[in-house]
Amino acid sequence: MTDAVRTPITSAAAAKHLKRRRAADGRFRYYGLSAIFIALGALAVLVFTIGAQALSAATYHVVRYDITLDPAVVAPDGAGEPDQIARNVDGFYSLVRDNLLATFPEADADRDSRREVSDFVTRLAVLPTARMVARNPELVGSAISLKAPLNDDLDLYLKGNGVRERKIKAGAIETVLAEADGTYRVSGLGAFDPVVAGLAVASADRDADAVQMNVLLTAGVSTGRLTGISAGRARLELLTGQAQDFANARPTARIIISAESERTISDRQIAWTLALKEMGRIDRAPRMTLLTNSDSTYPELAGGLSAIVGSLLTMLITALVAMPIGILAAVYLEEFAPRNRVTEFIEVNINNLAAVPSIVFGLLGAALYINFLGMPRSAPLVGGLVLALMTFPVVIIASRAALKAVPPSVRAGALAVGASQMQTVFHHVVPLAAPGILTGAILGMARALGETAPLLLIGMVAFVGDVPRGPTDESTVMPVLIFSWSNNAERAWEPLTSAMIVVLLAFLLLMNGLVVFLRRRYERRW
Amino acid sequence: MLQQLGQLPMGWLLIALIAVFGSAAFFLGRVRAERLLLSTPVRMHSRPNYHGYYVAMCTVVPVLLIAVAYSIFAEDLTQGALMRELPSSFAQLSAAELQSYLDSVRMAAGSAVSEGSDRVFRAITNRYLELRGMVNGATLVLLGALAAIGIFWAQRRLKPDFRARALVENGMELVLFLCAGVAIATTAGIVLSLLYESLQFFQKVSAWDFLTGTRWNAQTEAEFGALPLFFGTFMIALIAMLVAAPIGLFSAIFLSEYASPQARAWIKPILEILAGIPTVVYGFFALLVVAPGIRQLAILFNEGVIRLGLASEPILAAQPTSALAAGLVMGIMVIPFVSSLSDDVINAVPQTLRDAAYALGATKSETVKQVVVPAALPGIIAALLLAVSRAIGETMIVVMAAGKSARISLDPTSDLTTITVQIVSLMTGETGFDDPKTLSAFALGLVLFAVTLAFNIVALRVVKKYREKYD
Repeated sequence: MTDAVRTPITSAAAAKHLKRRRAADGRFRYYGLSAIFIALGALAVLVFTIGAQALSAATYHVVRYDITLDPAVVAPDGAGEPDQIARNVDGFYSLVRDNLLATFPEADADRDSRREVSDFVTRLAVLPTARMVARNPELVGSAISLKAPLNDDLDLYLKGNGVRERKIKAGAIETVLAEADGTYRVSGLGAFDPVVAGLAVASADRDADAVQMNVLLTAGVSTGRLTGISAGRARLELLTGQAQDFANARPTARIIISAESERTISDRQIAWTLALKEMGRIDRAPRMTLLTNSDSTYPELAGGLSAIVGSLLTMLITALVAMPIGILAAVYLEEFAPRNRVTEFIEVNINNLAAVPSIVFGLLGAALYINFLGMPRSAPLVGGLVLALMTFPVVIIASRAALKAVPPSVRAGALAVGASQMQTVFHHVVPLAAPGILTGAILGMARALGETAPLLLIGMVAFVGDVPRGPTDESTVMPVLIFSWSNNAERAWEPLTSAMIVVLLAFLLLMNGLVVFLRRRYERRW
Repeated sequence: MLQQLGQLPMGWLLIALIAVFGSAAFFLGRVRAERLLLSTPVRMHSRPNYHGYYVAMCTVVPVLLIAVAYSIFAEDLTQGALMRELPSSFAQLSAAELQSYLDSVRMAAGSAVSEGSDRVFRAITNRYLELRGMVNGATLVLLGALAAIGIFWAQRRLKPDFRARALVENGMELVLFLCAGVAIATTAGIVLSLLYESLQFFQKVSAWDFLTGTRWNAQTEAEFGALPLFFGTFMIALIAMLVAAPIGLFSAIFLSEYASPQARAWIKPILEILAGIPTVVYGFFALLVVAPGIRQLAILFNEGVIRLGLASEPILAAQPTSALAAGLVMGIMVIPFVSSLSDDVINAVPQTLRDAAYALGATKSETVKQVVVPAALPGIIAALLLAVSRAIGETMIVVMAAGKSARISLDPTSDLTTITVQIVSLMTGETGFDDPKTLSAFALGLVLFAVTLAFNIVALRVVKKYREKYD
């Protein structure tokens, strides 16, 4: 087909027809291309949204509390037993809370604000420190610096995705005057022009019936709520810090777009968080607890360790059961089986089993292992056995393909020097097919590692706070943990779930990488 | 003493004993065969290793059978003996109450310390441990004796002309056959367990009402009309196929007919990543991104329609979880199943057919549309059927993004429920196996199994028939 050969076109109608056919040809190619782009685009969107969420959960905010380990609180009635110190969560927690109340004296005023300040840190967050002190009892009485994760909602706020707000630099404040009702009058020439403009834009963004938006004004460690804003003056209700900080300062105004009643955090909590940040007591640290903590009801403390260990135990059982059975069955079918009805029936069964929905295996596991054999619910042993039933047809199919690829000359050679059939297969054919068999088995295991539905049916969805120590302990696995976390209502679970998904995908990537490596390194074409 | 025996971790102990007895038997057999080899001028039939394997086989097989019997019957045996000794006051308990009492006894016995419970309970727990100890002790003695007899008997049989290799290989072949037979056992297990529990269910609810009833309310154990579930499953699978069939098919055509080998080498594995992502990840994606997006679009659509005066009230339900969200994401998941299989069958179409079409002056797209696709049609249909079966059986995406209300509604933005969603929600509660709620999950499972099996069998038939055509 060179350009030199031109189709003889006899009429204008034929030329038109040809043009239409060529246009159709181009369109068809374009359909194919766009199908590919849609598929790849969907994958990209999925990876990007989950990756971006996971990235925001990869770090979290940790607050530093400089406390003195008062023996009367940490080890009451002179009990210095490490065990008692480790269990004295309440004592350590009260030290942290007292530290916060000392930093923000205004919080001690009433019950509500004391509760709001208590929300900063979860009781259980002091547990690692308590254990550390229990290991080093000589620390009792000395001053230490305790680090505890910030409350999940405030953490989200600092990351900029908990509460919608507009940050505006206000003009210079000239005078700060105390009023009779405890508020202050702040004024400065045109100081609040940008705030008024910002408010106008914000209410245009929101619907006209917008609830009143709170405006917070921050200078240094001090924050107050603004009301009655006009271009040059406003009334300031001090939330934390000193009113003098605002004098001659150019404070930052925050227009909080969500109403206080719709938020999980109050204006005061925002003010205190900003103050702690200004004092340099809040650090953004990598969230290693995702891999070192077990599940918790508090997102800032929750981690996937128990699920990771549960997954590994489950996979161990699956591998121990599915791989030998699958490989030996494949050897039988490929090398020994006579061509008869039984063999054919086995093959039909294997092909069908590979396509049975995974949830049906869960029903089988619940009926057979739990109801009939009385095995424990929620145990990696049962989970592993269920997944083994699901995985071994996959292992058989992959192993048969690998065995089939070994050329008959290898078998003929072995038989010719006097090896028995069994020796031929196990001394020559299987070792040559081993890389293929192994890669097939690993791919089957990777599928089992991501499987959720059958494990839900055998009770592996229960909350598990401890790391399982054996295959009969109560346990959960990574995909099920992802499912449970995605069901939680609080906002902070969303990025955490994404981060756990990334951990799961990392395991899958590792297994697939291993497969690629094995193929590159060992696979040979005959 | 007996109580301590009763607390033994028998599972691990049995595994260890089998390993110890097996290797001991192997070495004894091998050593004896080597001695025979040195002491006789005759050529031995089998190598010493095979004699070792033979002795090990004769030892391990009976021991293994005892271990399996122990793991199945030990608990029943102990509880049966315990029940005969219980005080007469226990006779008034119902079977279920008695069983839960025995279960708590077993739990207490496992955790060793049972302080704080009442005297009778503690006495029964101790007696349970004693009985368990007797069973364990008897098993261990029997195990040891059988292993000793096996080693002794097999050792006596070793002679220079003993055909150890043939016997070992026959035994090995039997093991291989049994492994292959696990496939039959699994299928039989699935069918029997589903049928057994379903039949119990159909004794309480008539099969006809189950299959044709339009009201599903299993959580209150009131209504078991599964038609809305079938409808929801069908609807979501349909949406998924509307996404996956064109995209998968056009991708396959592009990859096999248009793409350069380099592009193909890159795009094909990337597309297959879609099949490797766990379904729970798709479910989370549907819940997090797709369902809210569809809800927003539906609300916009409703507002637009009302503003244009085409309707006075919202047309679309615009619920937070919807059939459309689940179906779309499931469609994305299913794309590689369609594209991979179709790609294979399109590649299997002989080049001569394409060349013939080109020679007649057909353009590339005409060749694809009128020659290649018709030739590959049986394979493509099989791929689509397998994809449908995958979509019907898919669980996590629908559990997370499709909702739980059983209704028949053609509105894709309303939440529909499916067979798999209901199985999960019925089985995750703490209910017993005699509850119609639990049993109905098995009836649903039976329907699901039958439908997917039918799709798979038809698909495999079509593929088989097609293959014969060009071979």
